[in-house]
Amino acid sequence: MTPLPCEVLLPGAGVKARGFALTAPISFWGGVDPKTGTVADLRHPEHGTNIAGLALMIPATVGSCSGAAILLELVHAGRAPAAVILHEPDAILLLGLIVAKEMGWQTPIALRLDRNQFAALHGQPLEIDEAGLVRSA
Amino acid sequence: MAMRIVAETARLMGATQLIPIESAHIDGALYHGDSGTLFAERLVAGGAKVAVRSTLNVGAIDLTGCSRNRLPEHERGMASRMMKAYRELGCEQTWTCAPYQAGHRPRFGAQVAWGESNAVAFCNSVLGARTNRYGDFLDIACAIAGRAPDYGLHRTENRRATVVFDVSQIDQSFLYSEMAWPILGHLYGRLIGEAVGVVSGVNFRPWEDILKAFGAAAASAGSVGLFHVAGATPEASEEAIARHFREPDERIIVTPEMVRDAQGRLSTTDRVDRIDAVAIGSPHLSLEEFDVLRRLLGGRKLAVPIYACTGRHVVKVLERDGHRQQLEDLGLVIVADTCVVVTPILPENPGAVLMTNSGKFAHYAPANTGYSVLYGSMADCVESAITGKPVFGVPS
Repeated sequence: MTPLPCEVLLPGAGVKARGFALTAPISFWGGVDPKTGTVADLRHPEHGTNIAGLALMIPATVGSCSGAAILLELVHAGRAPAAVILHEPDAILLLGLIVAKEMGWQTPIALRLDRNQFAALHGQPLEIDEAGLVRSA
Repeated sequence: MAMRIVAETARLMGATQLIPIESAHIDGALYHGDSGTLFAERLVAGGAKVAVRSTLNVGAIDLTGCSRNRLPEHERGMASRMMKAYRELGCEQTWTCAPYQAGHRPRFGAQVAWGESNAVAFCNSVLGARTNRYGDFLDIACAIAGRAPDYGLHRTENRRATVVFDVSQIDQSFLYSEMAWPILGHLYGRLIGEAVGVVSGVNFRPWEDILKAFGAAAASAGSVGLFHVAGATPEASEEAIARHFREPDERIIVTPEMVRDAQGRLSTTDRVDRIDAVAIGSPHLSLEEFDVLRRLLGGRKLAVPIYACTGRHVVKVLERDGHRQQLEDLGLVIVADTCVVVTPILPENPGAVLMTNSGKFAHYAPANTGYSVLYGSMADCVESAITGKPVFGVPS
């Protein structure tokens, strides 16, 4: 694939991780188990997938205002995605990463990428650098 | 730290300024894991205090002692430390997801920072105050800073309805029932997502508790922060006013089939031989809803428990009037300060079925409690709890 430059929403270390695109909007609260990182929402198409360590592409979030708390807990428990890739900035979710940084915990990089590009990265081993450049690993 | 969090969020969301806020409703005091407790205690250690009136949403523990939960010792300790930390930050001990029925009602047009999806929807839509959907941490950060990033629903131009949700094809007598609104809310949330919409075609003035139920269902099925109802909500005295006199991007004509489909989606089981429990009160029950509940019960004993979730502001009145004891004697469990989908109150029971009249409980109960869900009206729920079997179509 051609290297893809993405806007960095929140800085973080460069990572190598598998790309994984959620195919439906998700509510982290009630949708992701904060202890394990497994998608727990029975109505979600990716129910049962564990998001820990993935370059997770999220088309949109829905529902509860507690998504930040779940993401913070995932960071604290070492079960967060390796990178969070959003179609657009989401204050609720990204707050979890802003607070994780304030707490002095290592936080995944957050990038912005149009959701139409998600499918091409899905399942691919990816390398993401600090400047937001995404390429095949 | 609080101001840095507010400023960083403003940068991310493209806000060019911070605006003063008049009040906050804090959803951050619910325990999801140790990290949230550590954050709140970090704020306390730094000497932070809220700068504006701040009510608290539910916590993980019923501090009134009405109900018990099955939280393990470590979690219970951390949840309790978290609730204490928010008290020390100067927040009011409301512990309810219906603060707007516990005396916290911002004036029309007030800029506020509210969390909890149903409270946000109600505050924006029914009260006409202005808030974004504040998540955990940003709510308390804004309350301490007394300021919020100026973007989204704080700004007039973003409060315009771009979608019309036309229910004129739906039977008005159905619309006039309490049962219709969680179903319509669920459908609205799924179809409209994060846009602002206006519901048109309701030929009566919807009362507060059905708007509350609609908003809660809409906000759990989609990212709904503001809805209008033509002729009912303060920014929609007419449909065109909610649209700011511009043409809508989309007009959704709701059909009876769409309503039936949405109703079907609220249930996750079609088992009809028995139910194991009933849960009501998401959002927390108002006194008026308790009046309806007591009328429907008519002093009859329950075969399976009804968990009735509410705030301590309501429990106080129920106790004063002797109703708490009467209800508990019938087998009803009052749950205050918290609710059954945020903390383990329901007995662990694989394969169990929960009946509810709440679109929000229906949405979250399967993942959060392990119970399958049957959706029915309040009257259906009461009758089913009395017989122990699902009963539908009970006149209310």
